[in-house]
Amino acid sequence: MSSPLDLAQAHPRPAFTVTLDGREIEALPGQTVAAALWAAGVTSWRTTRAMGRPRGVFCGIGVCFDCLVTVNDRPGQRACLVPVQPGDAIRTQEGTGHDD
Amino acid sequence: MTGAACALYASRAGLDVIIVDRGPVAGGTTGAGEGNLLVSDKEPGPELDLALLSNHLWAELAQELGAAIEYEAKGGVVVATSPGSLIALERFAVEQRAAGVVAELVAGDALYGLEPHLAPGLPGAVHYPQDSQVMPALAAAHLVRASGARLFTGRTVTDVLRRADGTVRGVRTDNGDIHTPAVVNAAGTWGADLAALAGTHLPVLPRRGFVLVTEPLPRMVHHKVYAADYVADVASDSAALQTSPVVEGTAAGPILIGASRERVGFDRSFSMPALRALAAGATRLFPFLADVRAIRSYAGFRPYMPDHLPAIGADPRVPGLFHACGHEGAGIGLATGTGHLIAQTLTAKTPDLDLHPFRPDRFPDRSPEETT
Amino acid sequence: MTDRPHLAVIGAGPAGLAATVAAAAHGVRVTLLDSAAQAGGQFYRRPAAELRAHRPQALHHDWRTWERLRDGLDTHVKAGTARHLTDHHIWFVERHPGRFTVHALLGPEQEDPVAVHADAVLLATGGYEKVLPFPGWTLPGVVTAGGAQAMLKGTLAVSGRIAVVAGTGPLLLPVATGLAAAGVEVAALVESADPKAFVRRTLALAAQPGKLAEGARYAAQLARHRVRTLARHTVVEGHGTERLEAVTVAALDGAGHIRPGTGRRIPCDTLAVGHGMLPHTDLAETLGCRLDAMDVHVDDEQRTDVSGVWAAGETTGIGGSALALAEGHIAGRSAAARLRGRAPDPREWAAAARTRTRLREFAAALDSVYAPPAHWTEQVTDDTVVCRCEEVTAGAVREAVAELGAGDVRTAKLLTRAGMGWCQGRMCAPAVAGLAGCELTPSRRPFARPVPLGVLAHEHTHPTERGSS
Repeated sequence: MSSPLDLAQAHPRPAFTVTLDGREIEALPGQTVAAALWAAGVTSWRTTRAMGRPRGVFCGIGVCFDCLVTVNDRPGQRACLVPVQPGDAIRTQEGTGHDD
Repeated sequence: MTGAACALYASRAGLDVIIVDRGPVAGGTTGAGEGNLLVSDKEPGPELDLALLSNHLWAELAQELGAAIEYEAKGGVVVATSPGSLIALERFAVEQRAAGVVAELVAGDALYGLEPHLAPGLPGAVHYPQDSQVMPALAAAHLVRASGARLFTGRTVTDVLRRADGTVRGVRTDNGDIHTPAVVNAAGTWGADLAALAGTHLPVLPRRGFVLVTEPLPRMVHHKVYAADYVADVASDSAALQTSPVVEGTAAGPILIGASRERVGFDRSFSMPALRALAAGATRLFPFLADVRAIRSYAGFRPYMPDHLPAIGADPRVPGLFHACGHEGAGIGLATGTGHLIAQTLTAKTPDLDLHPFRPDRFPDRSPEETT
Repeated sequence: MTDRPHLAVIGAGPAGLAATVAAAAHGVRVTLLDSAAQAGGQFYRRPAAELRAHRPQALHHDWRTWERLRDGLDTHVKAGTARHLTDHHIWFVERHPGRFTVHALLGPEQEDPVAVHADAVLLATGGYEKVLPFPGWTLPGVVTAGGAQAMLKGTLAVSGRIAVVAGTGPLLLPVATGLAAAGVEVAALVESADPKAFVRRTLALAAQPGKLAEGARYAAQLARHRVRTLARHTVVEGHGTERLEAVTVAALDGAGHIRPGTGRRIPCDTLAVGHGMLPHTDLAETLGCRLDAMDVHVDDEQRTDVSGVWAAGETTGIGGSALALAEGHIAGRSAAARLRGRAPDPREWAAAARTRTRLREFAAALDSVYAPPAHWTEQVTDDTVVCRCEEVTAGAVREAVAELGAGDVRTAKLLTRAGMGWCQGRMCAPAVAGLAGCELTPSRRPFARPVPLGVLAHEHTHPTERGSS
């Protein structure tokens, strides 16, 4: 079973820990928030304003704003653009992200 | 919007109505407006009387269409930025109260009870509970539908047809003639062009305005909030850029920020100075906005008249031609009253308001600024 | 070098890189601005440096072209004739008499501003993917085909184990083979067009032996990974509640309708879907450049109709990386000559001009074959969300059209909010146009990116970075 990391012969430095809604997950240096969440098996981290539906990555290049997430208390960050940093507190974003 | 309101009230008065627009519904200034139904920014006089009538009619329409047109009686808060301006504001409010406006002085803590996120240290404000809002494009579309009028969009009026004696008998369009005994000019900022097709003169000029729209937020701004100098800008005759912050939250989430005014013809190009001034004014009133992102901005052209009053009523120079345009930035708010008065005029009833101040032939044939 | 005229190139993809290298080699100082942390654009997107990938070329083809571009840029950066500003998100280009100010927000946070002044600008802003809606397209696990590729190339990430790649267009092939090579089981490649029809377009193809070889290579890779291709099929629905669990695909008849009874369910956790590309034209439109349909209009020198503004690559019409390279080269040469007060000699770029002609014809041929199903709106149920940001359903758009007289995208937006949200209609405009039965036309987006009001308020006091004229 090959993986994208194997395919590109990537040897990143050791993983570090971040949290998603308080739960610890591992992330690699160089990953975006979206990539780290995908690697952890998470595909949605936002619920919509009107219908409360789950959303995650759609366009993957910062155009669609579907992957908005709250990182270290800053809402409305595009998970597909923002690099993950050790200790990041990532939170599922509900509604506008400014609701609390 | 004005055309839609004229159609609605004329149709309810028993007339057979045809609406012709070269663009889509709400394709002109209506689609670029904020949908203000304001009494707060008007000094006692004919425009305030029209606003009070319109306000009452909007509330009536809201009974049947309220949710569809996003009618919201949110109230306005006019903020004084200095103790001196609070005194001037209160003096203005006293005059407005005499004319029938509800205007309540709010000072100190009470102001922050109304708008908790306002900048600290403001001396006070006047609260106008009658100020309301609709979503202008929806309002226009739903009034058109409610009117039952026949709607021809994408059809341009190329001439106003007249008999040998000069009376109107219809319009010529790029897709055939339409024969009617009465033509209502509700062409807004382009009203001068339509008047010219009928061989007459109406000095409507464009006055550009920008609106900034933010990312969606929970309700952080509850009223329409503006600084006291807005009233002075509205009443100004200057062609130069003027901005005074007008900030309001919407049910849909985004905050709308106006209002710039400048007379630059129909130039749609993005103006950094105008948007900068809007953003600066808004963040001064509501400091939290500095971190909020603007996601869009749009420009519109208010139909500006030299004396800031619309043209409403029959044009004595061209029998059969009626005008309902030139409301500058108040067209959505004044549409219902205008439509009602036009319907009364069309059906030979005595209008609820004296139309003399609004008479279309009150201007000299050529105003000096149009020739420049 | 500060006496050289200064050209700002916006976008570090193939067009912007080719333009930068060409202009810097011919006497102008170039500032290349791009939103990403590394050059390459979407096509040559590479893993973040910290991932320490030793074989990034495993995710690419035509790696030698990339190496040539990269080396060219490095040479000019070392010589001081070009510089590359990464993590610069351009939200507005302001035109002054005879010069321009490029307004950017820095870094992924996009909160801090910087302004770059230049004598001319070259727009190489690329494109983004068009996706038409279907029931279930908002489920997590449904990504754009380009998005799946970007996540793979840039972060070595995949969203699941079993993928379906669907839609139409030449992008689907590398996405399917890329995912398969990265260990994802690609359950099907679902293409609504009939690629055999393309082969019949021999006129355009005869001149493109390279493209034939490329197609053969993809076919071999698909066979090796045992990816079945379903031509003249389309995804009619994505299933799942909290995330994608399966898709239903069905066959299309000659007229583009679903063939009744052909629906089949394919279990998958990922759907990579795309229906072609659209150009990024926001900056050009706000500068006042003429657009032809959705594309920035350019002349033979890649000049827009606004003096001092050039454009190259996908922004002038979707055509792929090789066309972008040719256009970028011509634009860079033209800008260099004109900025130095000379009329350029087109013979200097004759080879690039021939390539441009050939590849534009090829792109037009591709365009005529790879079209979404003619009747795609029939699959869009009234409760399908069309505007992903504002959650406007197809039913609401249809009502605005049928009941309220909306006959164009802008009026539909005003009456339904479709296109008023975060993405400003970039995702839903093609769908709204289809449902309204009108042509897709460019939207006005004065802010190419969201900009904090605090930044806008202090726009005149922003740091102007060192060394700009």
